[in-house]
Amino acid sequence: MARARDGRKAKAVPKVPTGIAGLDEVTQGGLPRGRPTLVSGRAGCGKTVLGLEFVVRGAVQFGEPGVIVSFEETPGELCANVASFGFDLDSLCAEKKLLVEYVAVERHEIEETGEYNLDGLFVRLQHAIRTIGAKRILLDTIESLFSGLTNLAVLRAELRRLLRWFKDQGVTVVITGEQGEGTLTRQGLEEYVSDCVVNLSVQLNHHVATRTLRVVKFRGSSHSQDEYPFLITERGVVVMPVTSLGLSHEAYSERVSTGNDGLDELLGGEGFYRGSTILVSGSSGTGKTSIAACIVNAACKRKEKAMYFAFEESPAQLMRNMKSIGIDLAPCVKRGLLRIEATRPSLFGLEMHLAASFRAIEEFQPRVVVVDPITDFVSLGSPHEVRAMMTRLVDYLKSRGITAVMTSLAPQRTVQGDEDVGISSLIDTWIVVQLYEVAGERNRGLSVLKSRGMPHSNKIREFTLGDQGLRLIPAYRGAQGFLSGSAREAEQHPDGREVRANARAGQP
Amino acid sequence: MTARKKAAPGKAATDPLYKLRLYIAGKTSRSEAALSNLQAICDTHLPGMYRIEVVDLLVNPQLARGDQIFAVPTLVRQLPPPVKKIIGDLSNVERVLVGLDLRAVAKKERP
Repeated sequence: MARARDGRKAKAVPKVPTGIAGLDEVTQGGLPRGRPTLVSGRAGCGKTVLGLEFVVRGAVQFGEPGVIVSFEETPGELCANVASFGFDLDSLCAEKKLLVEYVAVERHEIEETGEYNLDGLFVRLQHAIRTIGAKRILLDTIESLFSGLTNLAVLRAELRRLLRWFKDQGVTVVITGEQGEGTLTRQGLEEYVSDCVVNLSVQLNHHVATRTLRVVKFRGSSHSQDEYPFLITERGVVVMPVTSLGLSHEAYSERVSTGNDGLDELLGGEGFYRGSTILVSGSSGTGKTSIAACIVNAACKRKEKAMYFAFEESPAQLMRNMKSIGIDLAPCVKRGLLRIEATRPSLFGLEMHLAASFRAIEEFQPRVVVVDPITDFVSLGSPHEVRAMMTRLVDYLKSRGITAVMTSLAPQRTVQGDEDVGISSLIDTWIVVQLYEVAGERNRGLSVLKSRGMPHSNKIREFTLGDQGLRLIPAYRGAQGFLSGSAREAEQHPDGREVRANARAGQP
Repeated sequence: MTARKKAAPGKAATDPLYKLRLYIAGKTSRSEAALSNLQAICDTHLPGMYRIEVVDLLVNPQLARGDQIFAVPTLVRQLPPPVKKIIGDLSNVERVLVGLDLRAVAKKERP
């Protein structure tokens, strides 16, 4: 979307980049330069952090000194607030990049009589702006004046004058405002700030909070009206403009090995396409994780970075278990080729998971990503939401040419393990592992249910896991059809007539 | 620092002293009105017990921080404690007296 409008950028409102991850994409360049922006939302939705980050990043990243006008928090509290996303307010103030102006409005010690105006505030702001040559200002939150003063007529007139004055000063202002019932702000600040309005909200889904950001209004600029999830992380606000992804990703013709000859052979002899999405589904204990680990191991051997999102096992447990089948992931981790991110699915909401994954991926830049298993997300939202999330994840990975391996836990004895998540149509290559109970033993059968754009085998192969790793045994078809385990061994045995008869009779 | 100081002469040191500071932003009709209103009130209710200091924020903007001034004119009663603030041109005598905790004094003086 942003790309399509690049051509018109020159005519559009000049903008200042916020430096906040994702927000500049959503606003297509930042907040309107030299104009006020209103950030509204209920208590605790992140208004102050967003405003603080705008000013702090302006000072640190864009050489624009800023003034933080705090009506509620003392400089000490602000300092802690800013430290929470990795900046040292005190030293920034000492370097004259920032200035904190704490305006205390103490109702109980104020008496009003006769006419007055807010020139005192103007004088303080002007002094602050001049002291450090400020280009950005945060007013957090100017509504405090409404609780301290009773003459609303004066207040409203003065607010209007203040905002006009800011425009004359050429500073970019962020004003925070508490959301009211049915209005963007309790005191109707949106009346005064007509250039840009950003609304923040927190929604609770399945007891998990999801923060969202929406640009309600942006005069003179195109912007997306959608709600975007955002996080407050240890590096500040991260907005996720993920829904803007589309189906414009490149298609790679390069093929990469699965790390297992037998599996490669099933996939037309060459493995899967780079950047494709692979689903491994099966009931519990069928070796889904092992297949994923095998693919990861192969990637690391090619010196490609891989990222493993484990939702059921800790990194140590995963490495121990995989080592038992001859896949040693520890050296990959040590060499920095593999990163295992283990979290419980219930730790965050869907959006948070998505956002956290994106951030980890942006940071690590892997070529292969494993999500093990995707079925764990089902409990976190409605089927529609889970599907939307998976679509965004798949789109995101594809747009970056990252090969994705997802495992899906299928209920016992069903082939289509995707019923819960419903993403089979997003998948390029679908590997199914089934358990067969024959003659008193349980054997695994692996098959490729679909694989877009390549010839693939329709055969079910027997699949074993041993200390030598994954082994796919060529399909053995006897008179009785597909044979596995001891039945196959008996059939293949040179003088196995007797064994064979025993096996058929179900005796060892 | 101070634009104008005014102290009543010949007072004993034992009398309570009202230390008042009036913040203004430039010489406007409103700030002049506030000052003359204040002086009239003080002369009536606090004869010889007050000292007024006028701070023009256009001259000394950095002083606005200390007393947390955002509106002008603002009268700050620095002494006796606690600190009291009265915002406006001080045209309503009753409100000023309430703000300065002088209601009792005012009543006493009325017959």
